[in-house]
Amino acid sequence: MKSHKTAKNVQMYIGAGIVLFFVLVAIFAPLIAPYDPLEVVIPRRLQAPSSEHWLGTDDLGRDNLSRIIFGARVSLTVGVLATAIGAATGVIFGMLAGYFGGKLDSIIMRMIDVLLAFPGLLLALAIVTVLGSSTRNVILAVAIFAVPGFARIVRGATLNVKKLEYIDAIRAVGANDFRIIFLHIFPNILSPIIVQATLNVGGAIVTAAALSFLGVGTPPPTAEWGAMVDRGRAFLYQAPHMIYFPGLMIFLLVVGINMFGDGLTDFLQPKKSR
Amino acid sequence: MGTFIVRRLLQAIPVVLGVSFAVFMMMHLLPGDPAIIMAGEAAQPAQIEQMRVNLGLNDPILTQYWRYITNAIRGDLGTSIRTDMPVRNEIFDVRFATTVQLALVATAFSMFFGLIIGIVSVVWRRSFLDILLMLIALLGLSVPNFWLGVILINFFSLQMGWLPITGWGTPAQMVMPALMLGIGGSAVIARMTRASMLEVFNQDYIRTAYAKGASERIVIFRHALRNAMIPVITVVGLQFGFLLSGAVISETIFAINGLGRLMIQSLMNRDFPTAQGAILVCSLLFVLVNMCVDITYRFVNKRIDLN
Repeated sequence: MKSHKTAKNVQMYIGAGIVLFFVLVAIFAPLIAPYDPLEVVIPRRLQAPSSEHWLGTDDLGRDNLSRIIFGARVSLTVGVLATAIGAATGVIFGMLAGYFGGKLDSIIMRMIDVLLAFPGLLLALAIVTVLGSSTRNVILAVAIFAVPGFARIVRGATLNVKKLEYIDAIRAVGANDFRIIFLHIFPNILSPIIVQATLNVGGAIVTAAALSFLGVGTPPPTAEWGAMVDRGRAFLYQAPHMIYFPGLMIFLLVVGINMFGDGLTDFLQPKKSR
Repeated sequence: MGTFIVRRLLQAIPVVLGVSFAVFMMMHLLPGDPAIIMAGEAAQPAQIEQMRVNLGLNDPILTQYWRYITNAIRGDLGTSIRTDMPVRNEIFDVRFATTVQLALVATAFSMFFGLIIGIVSVVWRRSFLDILLMLIALLGLSVPNFWLGVILINFFSLQMGWLPITGWGTPAQMVMPALMLGIGGSAVIARMTRASMLEVFNQDYIRTAYAKGASERIVIFRHALRNAMIPVITVVGLQFGFLLSGAVISETIFAINGLGRLMIQSLMNRDFPTAQGAILVCSLLFVLVNMCVDITYRFVNKRIDLN
């Protein structure tokens, strides 16, 4: 039992370490990138990893390491912002539905059902196609994609908390509904929101990268990991390093986020931990 | 049970209408004028206007939606702007079956490996093997499937020459797409099976079973697994939906002529009726699968309240 708990703690610290590493890389990208990520140098195209270009170069001779370092910025920004927007929207809708119940609950939850009826990526894909390819629109699409998950969890948590006696007591002393919702219910349902948000960042990063991979995400020439994998497909024979490293970075970052999220679940929601 | 199924069907109607309306509106918001695309870039304004009238694009939006939905109920999803073929044929002639097959093969794959990993880690719970298997599941959960697909092609096709890179139909062609789509699902199912079985292990009746002298195998397979399957069924249903959207990626990578590829191609080509039809059919399939999951869920666990 104890060894399992320790293993989980170690996992959480490793996860946090990985995430912190990528955050630092993103922040200090201009200082640590050895080359300009956008600089095209045709004579050095498709070079394998070497002491000069640690992760090789792409088909336009751009340095892969530098592109990967700058790519961390895009992925983290999209993951965090999309989650924040999706969480804020989902939390508001979820709390309103759970607290007021009745018709408002029915209307909100049917809307959520409609959003949930679009299988995963399809919704984000359709939204980006409608709005046009840009990092901003990817954030928006991935955020909308995250709303139902938050709304459902928050609605359930709100339903549980609003039945508690202290809410009756606060109401008895004359607090209005919005005060109760935002000052008294919200702080008590933070744990599931934080856990969902952490795990959502990983999913958001993969979805955003998948959109770029399909050619509808962050437009070129911006260095973006999903788009880099897509570009590398055409040169699988000559330069497989073009696909290995950017994909590996997405993988590592998401592993880190999921490890951290799992540990956080154990910490904040011990009942859910096994 | 009959009442439950009827009620569940009735509940699905507003969702289906909502989905169809959302898809319809989305297509209307797409940049590009279908009348210009159909009449050709070189068409005269009069010809374009005539096309708008023919397509009913000058009618109020709700009238257009009503026409679309009533036609769709009759099985008419419009005509493809690009190929001039009925969208229904574009979707159902080959592609629908291919995508459903792909999703089924990947689901079977993820259930098989997910259940085995989940059960093994419960049998040897809190051991090194358990920690290792759950770490593998965490990795499986985190790997971006589009990257995995390209890595698989590089290894199995380009380097080893064991599997064909493209197409769908033969067992050899199914391996990589199913692997690519199924790994994430296996991880989710493994984690869910483990969590759900550990929950069941805390129940009194399991202690009773042990107290009666039942062996570990009997307790796991006869008592725990059956009850632990209830939440796992829901996850499998949800996974099916993810597989449908994952199909967009796997069909693109492996050049499979399925619904997902049709969808992305028609979105890129501004072929509104085809994109609309493909997204609608995919979403309806997802709603249908989730409905079946709810009904199975109810069937397996009769204690669940309808509401």
